[in-house]
Amino acid sequence: MTNKLEMSAGKLPEIGASQIALLEKLCNATAVSGDEHEVRQIVLEAVKLIADEVKVDALGNVLATKFGRSDKRVRVMLAAHMDEIGLMVVKKHEDGVFEFVRVGGIDERQLPGKPVLVGREHLPGVIGAKPIHLTTAAERKNKIDESAMRIDLGPEIGEKVKPGDRATFATRFELLGPSIRAKALDDRFGVATLIELLKHAPDQIDLLAAFTVQEEVGLRGARVAAYALDPDMAIAVDATPAYDLPPWDDEDENDRYNTRLDAGPAIYVMDFGTIPDRRLVNWLVETATQDEIPYQLRQPGGGGTDAGAIHKVRSGIPSVSVSVPVRYAHTAASIARLDDWANTLRLLHAALGRVTPNLLVGERRG
Amino acid sequence: MTDFIALLKKMLSASGLSGFEDPIREIIHEAWTPLTDELSVSKIGSLHGLKMGRGEAPRRRVLISAHMDAIGMMVTAIEGGLMRVTEIGGLDHRILPGQLVTVHGREALPGVVVQPPAHLLPESAGEGPVEMKYLFVDVGLRPAAVAEKVRIGDTVSYAQEPLELTGEALAGHSLDNRVSVAATTLCLQELQTRMHDWDVWAVASAQEEETLGGALTSPFDIRPDIAIVIDVCFAKSTGSNDWSSIPFGEGVGLGYGPNIHPALYAAFEEKAKALEIPYHRDLMPKMSGTDAMAIQVVAEGIPCMVLGIPLRYMHTPVETVSLKDIRRAGRLMAAFIADLTPDALDKIQWEE
Repeated sequence: MTNKLEMSAGKLPEIGASQIALLEKLCNATAVSGDEHEVRQIVLEAVKLIADEVKVDALGNVLATKFGRSDKRVRVMLAAHMDEIGLMVVKKHEDGVFEFVRVGGIDERQLPGKPVLVGREHLPGVIGAKPIHLTTAAERKNKIDESAMRIDLGPEIGEKVKPGDRATFATRFELLGPSIRAKALDDRFGVATLIELLKHAPDQIDLLAAFTVQEEVGLRGARVAAYALDPDMAIAVDATPAYDLPPWDDEDENDRYNTRLDAGPAIYVMDFGTIPDRRLVNWLVETATQDEIPYQLRQPGGGGTDAGAIHKVRSGIPSVSVSVPVRYAHTAASIARLDDWANTLRLLHAALGRVTPNLLVGERRG
Repeated sequence: MTDFIALLKKMLSASGLSGFEDPIREIIHEAWTPLTDELSVSKIGSLHGLKMGRGEAPRRRVLISAHMDAIGMMVTAIEGGLMRVTEIGGLDHRILPGQLVTVHGREALPGVVVQPPAHLLPESAGEGPVEMKYLFVDVGLRPAAVAEKVRIGDTVSYAQEPLELTGEALAGHSLDNRVSVAATTLCLQELQTRMHDWDVWAVASAQEEETLGGALTSPFDIRPDIAIVIDVCFAKSTGSNDWSSIPFGEGVGLGYGPNIHPALYAAFEEKAKALEIPYHRDLMPKMSGTDAMAIQVVAEGIPCMVLGIPLRYMHTPVETVSLKDIRRAGRLMAAFIADLTPDALDKIQWEE
């Protein structure tokens, strides 16, 4: 990586070759919930030159603080999770074949026929499937259960893989025209975005960046990070599904798209875990409107972010979430637009520049 | 000999679906040019390589058939910048969601197979496997660019790069049946340094996965006295452990059943024993599911042998083979062919 000392608080952040290279490195790394080591190393390397304080806490969160320069600074927490969904090897069978379970929300229909990388050494393996020739029509009407699948690492794997090792999809990061195809864009987008914001932090806030662990297994890192940082307000920066696909029946409209690609950052109004403070929603919408930054309101509904934990820490922390829309999250290959990422960064940077103590004065109001 | 892994990987990274074999055919053509005396392409697209035997014409002819075509998909419709697809060859729709693919439009477009969320599917799709007709392919381009670059009928191939596992195991797509093309290449290489009386016709056949069109037509042109069909067979693995599968990496399969002439089976078994090449009898009680189904009944009928390279997870993008078995198959074919005497056909008889 390049030396990041060339940053300047005045310059606007942008998505260029070095930001894309960092995202690539982050996406290709393995960090299944509970074993975030690889991404943590990349984050520490990136933030050590730009943050004023960096610590790794008891759960493995990276907490990086960039202090502002003015007198009355608002303490703003930004949270992005380092962990990703994946697999854990749980039992060794004969002949280089291992049993596994899923960690985080993976649809088991996404697993058969996939190459995976196992353990810290990224050893290649495959999740096979019975040849179609040997299946019956009745069998093909049922999905293949996790318990019937195995990871095959070849007959001479020996002791190189042990129960407890984590595995991820083997997909490598690639640019497809205006898009990115990669695993784990949820939430390496957030991680890369926070690193850029640390480089361009405005003076009137203390920017408290939490690179969190264990989001995919219950928002566990965010909870303790929020306690430790004790912010005035918080923003979870994440990735959210874009279900903007045609419905199976052409007669129907797809009115449950959650978010759409090319429509800009998704601002949350409500999800499964959080009813964001509407003052923060309005602040983001007004910023986008005034600066002519594309944005969309994420359709209220299920799903959630680290905000679900953060807003209930201590006596309550006003919180909101902003996500990059991503198609096919939690699969081997998600697709997202570079423009949506760039606009997410623009919106957050512009909004942080407008934070004043007045933003949260008084009672919470819709 | 060491370059056979490089050749195999090159073949595995090439497209060449049934009926659209030209990308793979060009690679094989290049590999076989130094190994054969004549090369030609049949009307249906099979590659024929002749390596002439010694001695006076007319010489006996042995045909080796290794199909080069691969399974894949074809674009049936374009909706909102996404493509609907159907299958070329036999695909289990349950292994498709999330697979990396290449759409062969006006340019090669990398993409991914998409399983839409439940609320955009009919209720019958439920939580079970989603039928192929409801899946999409997304190439990450906006609708206008897709309209410009993709047409109905464009082919879609798997894009997973080959992966080397431990113990000389290799995983990837289209190992069925590029591993047999690799074994045939090894056989041709070995025959460079060995005398053989018979003419050897190496055929990289077309359309095995769909119509058997290559296997029905090449023998008609070539009129071989015997044919060796080499294809993949089922290796024991998760979900595939009964009599129809043979062990993985522990020797070649010798096909046994109605598509195979028993005298050829016996000759191969004898040869494998003599050379101490491990093998397993691969039971094919009805049709063999190989080019032999077609070759056996071309013209007045042709005695066939079926050699199998054991393969795990057949017809998925992570088919897995042992390189050892590829080498064994090449060596066994070369030894069998080199030892064919001018009168060897007299021994391919029915025991009455």
